[in-house]
Amino acid sequence: MRRIVAILLLIILAVGISLSLAKIPFGTPKTKVGKYYINEGIEETGAVNIVTSVVVNYRGFDTLGEVTVLFIAAIGLGAVLTTSVKGETRKIQPASLVLYTGCRLLFPLILIFGSYIFIHGHLTPGGGFQGGAIIASGFLLIYLGCRERRINRIASNLAESLGGLTFVVIGLLGLVFGGYFLLNFLPKGIANTLLSAGIIPIIYIAIGFKVGSELASIIDNLIEES
Amino acid sequence: MSFLDSYIYYIGAFGLILVGLYIILVKHNLIKVIVGLGILDTGVNLFLISVGYITKGTAPIFSKSGIDSKHMVDPVPQALVLTAIVIGVAVLALALSLAIRLYQHYRTLNLRKIREQRW
Repeated sequence: MRRIVAILLLIILAVGISLSLAKIPFGTPKTKVGKYYINEGIEETGAVNIVTSVVVNYRGFDTLGEVTVLFIAAIGLGAVLTTSVKGETRKIQPASLVLYTGCRLLFPLILIFGSYIFIHGHLTPGGGFQGGAIIASGFLLIYLGCRERRINRIASNLAESLGGLTFVVIGLLGLVFGGYFLLNFLPKGIANTLLSAGIIPIIYIAIGFKVGSELASIIDNLIEES
Repeated sequence: MSFLDSYIYYIGAFGLILVGLYIILVKHNLIKVIVGLGILDTGVNLFLISVGYITKGTAPIFSKSGIDSKHMVDPVPQALVLTAIVIGVAVLALALSLAIRLYQHYRTLNLRKIREQRW
């Protein structure tokens, strides 16, 4: 019964959606604002990666909100899991030598790759969110491979708070210098070089630290619990 | 054929969304419901990206000078999806942590049984 009602509901939804989607052509430019960003983005923000200039500069306030959503999800996860009653602690079986050494060898390389991704966010595909996710995957490797190792909670909380604080402080500095929150007040520099695009690399590095430490603490909480 | 060519991405994306909705509506196991949520999330992301696509388009990055800006895809949906993916991961983790707590309390993940033994 429940299944039939669900299928009927989905059929109605599919018909309605396909009727409206047939009006949207595929593969044609649709928004004027996207065209404007592509044509004027380098001139206005100094970043050659237009997606980055949209995320950090044009829609920087929106990104601050999204980072806050991520923060609240991580806080909620910690609050839900740490209040639980601790069951019997399982005995941890140590990993084999090959696995242990391999993880320790790969971990710094993954950290360097993640840092490269978020430092070059305004030049190449990538940025703070992607780099942070790569760094967190390095921590996940350590948790799975070298089982008795744990991240330093204080250091991870410090990195997370500093990342968020840098984002907000730079936004407020824009308010002080030019009258807009998140104004790009630093010199834009020459496009396509590492030190260009004003505040964009700084904010993306802050986001990288914040996302990396948040996802790592999510992994830490979930593994401690299981 | 041309119809399928031009709408295959929309069909795929909404197929994923409908599959995710079906799982959420029908399944009784909480883990399966959360997996359905993840599939729905993927479908929405794929749909946003495919709306912004331009035929034979390239990534909106001026990595070399003299790149034609006419054939660049729309950067706005890409920027939206970029943050949405990370937030989707965090939301899935939050849902899984709630599932862990529910299991500790009721000793089952079957939603129908949880509903029976309320209070």
